[in-house]
Amino acid sequence: MTDLATLEPDAGVLDRRDVLIRGLRELVPEGSVIADEDGRRAFETDALTAYRQMPLAAVLPATTQQVSRVLKFCGENGVKVIARGAGTSLCGGALPLQDSIVLGVSKMNEVIDINFENRTARVQAGITNIDISNAVAPRGFFYAPDPSSQLACTLAGNLAMNSGGAHCLKYGVTTNNVLGLKIVLIDGEIIEIGGEELDAPGYDLLGLIIGSEGQFGVVTEATVRILRSAEGARPMLMGFNSSKAAGDCVSAIIGSGIIPVAIEFMDKPAIHVCEEFAKAGYPLDVEALLIIEVEGSEDEIEDLLSRIQEIARPFKPTGIRVSQSAAESAAIWLGRKSAFGAIGRISDYYCMDGVIPLGRLSEVLADIGKICARHKLRVANIFHAGDGNLHPLILYEANDPSQVERAEKCGAEVLELCVKVGGCLTGEHGVGVEKRELMLTQFTRVDLEHQMRIKTMFDPDWLLNPAKVFPLELRPS
Amino acid sequence: MSDLIQPSEEKELAAAVADANSAQTPIEVMGAGSKRAVGRPLQTATSLTTEKLTGITLYEPTELVLSARAGTPLAEIEETLAENDQHLAFEPVDLGPMLGQDAGLGTIGAVFAANLSGSRRIQVGAARDHLLGIRAVSGRGEVFKSGGRVMKNVTGYDLCRGIAGSWGTLAVMSEVTMKVLPRAQSTRTLLFVGLTDEVAIEAMCAAIGTPFEVSGMVHLHGEFAARLVDSDILRRPGPVTALRLENFEPSLDYRCARLTESLAAFGKPAELDDAVSRDFWSNVRRLSFLQGSTDPVWRISTAPTNGAKLVAALARRLECRVAYDWSGGLIWLQAAPSADAGAAEVGRVVAETGGYATLIRADANLRGSVNVFQQLNPGVMALTRKLKESFDPAGILNPGRMYSGV
Ligand SMILES: Cc1cc2nc3c(=O)[nH]c(=O)nc-3n(C[C@H](O)[C@H](O)[C@H](O)COP(=O)(O)OP(=O)(O)OC[C@H]3O[C@@H](n4cnc5c(N)ncnc54)[C@H](O)[C@@H]3O)c2cc1C
Repeated sequence: MTDLATLEPDAGVLDRRDVLIRGLRELVPEGSVIADEDGRRAFETDALTAYRQMPLAAVLPATTQQVSRVLKFCGENGVKVIARGAGTSLCGGALPLQDSIVLGVSKMNEVIDINFENRTARVQAGITNIDISNAVAPRGFFYAPDPSSQLACTLAGNLAMNSGGAHCLKYGVTTNNVLGLKIVLIDGEIIEIGGEELDAPGYDLLGLIIGSEGQFGVVTEATVRILRSAEGARPMLMGFNSSKAAGDCVSAIIGSGIIPVAIEFMDKPAIHVCEEFAKAGYPLDVEALLIIEVEGSEDEIEDLLSRIQEIARPFKPTGIRVSQSAAESAAIWLGRKSAFGAIGRISDYYCMDGVIPLGRLSEVLADIGKICARHKLRVANIFHAGDGNLHPLILYEANDPSQVERAEKCGAEVLELCVKVGGCLTGEHGVGVEKRELMLTQFTRVDLEHQMRIKTMFDPDWLLNPAKVFPLELRPS
Repeated sequence: MSDLIQPSEEKELAAAVADANSAQTPIEVMGAGSKRAVGRPLQTATSLTTEKLTGITLYEPTELVLSARAGTPLAEIEETLAENDQHLAFEPVDLGPMLGQDAGLGTIGAVFAANLSGSRRIQVGAARDHLLGIRAVSGRGEVFKSGGRVMKNVTGYDLCRGIAGSWGTLAVMSEVTMKVLPRAQSTRTLLFVGLTDEVAIEAMCAAIGTPFEVSGMVHLHGEFAARLVDSDILRRPGPVTALRLENFEPSLDYRCARLTESLAAFGKPAELDDAVSRDFWSNVRRLSFLQGSTDPVWRISTAPTNGAKLVAALARRLECRVAYDWSGGLIWLQAAPSADAGAAEVGRVVAETGGYATLIRADANLRGSVNVFQQLNPGVMALTRKLKESFDPAGILNPGRMYSGV
């Protein structure tokens, strides 16, 4: 937001830009290398729009072979590579460097094979998250991780960030739903890891690659687990007159042995903005709102919802409303899933992604309120309550440099608070550039050295998305 | 008799590994040692056990999280969880009894080091999917952590997954933090008797494609099935296919009926009630069908629809008994003793059909002479060697246990 420290660009690479672009053009079909200013502009930022940087060029290969040729060329010429899916990263994960190319995988968006018996789908990595579910929906199946950005974001980005979503409480995040992948290393080597079986032999390289933020290689294909959808699902709204009551209610539900498929939390400011946008019928006179969704047959849903209402009673919920129709359910979820967009219409915002132990919820929300008040900024809270993954949205005015600076400081303090209470800096959005300098609040140098050695093992010259995840000063020289 | 190091604190553990690292002395790493007989045999003068590194350090039932020092007995953790009607949903298989040890000896660290998952793997994921955080000492003798105690965490690389399943060759875990889940109120099992492997797998794949959340699916050849529980149904000769449902009672009535309906093409199943079901599945978990023998056992992981084909191809050349778990995707194959434990045949057939095989039970000589863990493709093998070197440059932790030189 404020000026971003970055690596000194490689003057040799900048000087040879024309030659390099000519070289790249020989490797991929015509039109796949974008070098003109207007064309490159589309790749200068991701969903963390405060940071922008034009790359040398963008390359859009259509096959794994082409990716391999491009990476080999970049490896040999010392050109940095920023892999990109749809550019919806909220942590600057896809932000280019001046001396890098952007390698976009969006042309590789096909379903290769679906096997309902084995419950697997093999897809190209540039496919959007929703298109995987769409491809298997006619047979009643779905791909479980459902980031709110699922209409746009790609599986490639999800793999790089180990993305989650509202329904991960029951079904897990990306890493729990992937069985194999094809990755191209910086020397052009194509490696296949895992496959259709439920566990891969040897070390869990799959688990290491997922969540590595584009720093190990470029993923071009994956085999994901698809699941049979429940017979039905229904959300219920419950209002509370304090965040504490809502948080305690979540603990009580989970403690009782019921794991709803989703429990989402919104505070008052968020409720108002989302209701204005989605007309979902959220109650406006409450301090906190829970959206609780359960799955099963009609009778099972009834049974679970009444159990949950019974458990919630001591916390004095108000405005309890069980969705009565598919349309109503859709509206309830539209409000939640478009929350960031809705807030974006009224203000610029800075979206945090810290995670806390659920038991500290009310205390942490109060402290977040205090931190924001101290920086004279407003905050709206929307998050996955079941797993303690907070999304405080710090509202600010992007045209006001003083607000920008305060928002950034405020965000850092909020994340430090999350770490202090036993949580972490990011639950699903990733570290990117945004949180790299905060890594030492959560990790020791030794912790990070163990991680960075794996980066070096995949990419000895640190050419792949290099200025991300780790504090710049810690990079091996 | 080799030297035995028994640290009771992480600091001591780190010092011991650091010493071994500087002296370049290889050490055998273990928990309680119940799985010592798995893997390529080690030649080390020193052994290190986490058995004294014990105790549950955190348990928050309403946050679904538990932390324990690595040497804490699995049994202790499961008892504590049971007091709150919770459990480790991935129900780690107990390899002890089939290796001639008592049941329930294992430590929690080893459960993750070996990534041991049981029948519920198909529904809830593997051990590695439940590991939220670790503290560990790498082969460099340095303490590091990854993950944490919260449900979601993408801060930095995911070393929890990297260390899970590495059989003590990269680092010695000192503390593990895991996701725990509520136990279902009740369990029911549908049993089909007499299905061929192929048809049984078809039935299991059909069952998992229904919305009724089948949480365990095994198919056992007759000799194996008879050993599971003492029930009239299981005393009938012939293979048995078992499907487990777990839920609240009213849901179970409904789901059993609906599942039976959807599987009508496969016959009418018998039903095991809650008590007998629990017995049945806990015997599956203890692999009781493999006990009381020393014949070689292979664990083969493959796509379910390949399972029957793979076994049929093997059975043409190899005298064997078979149990399938994971809807057909996991095969426990007990082969008649032979000079190579069937390694050549298993290797050939698995390479043709897809999947991979691990030799879980065989005497040390055999384990020294055949591939215990299947050879990896060259790209993956190269990364495997580099990963080992990155965590354990002197190659002191369980050297060669998985692959020669790793
Ligand atoms: C409105 C909104 C809501 C969101 N909601 C959620 C949510 O609920 N949950 C959640 O987890 N996230 C959410 N996000 C964040 C974002 O959508 C995810 O991080 C997503 O996975 C990014 O996918 P992408 O295709 O846009 O990737 P990009 O933004 O293009 O890239 C993300 C990272 O992936 C790397 N990468 C891309 N392609 C490859 C490849 N082929 N090989 C290797 N690395 C690659 C990039 O280098 C970068 O580091 C949200 C974002 C927005 C804007």
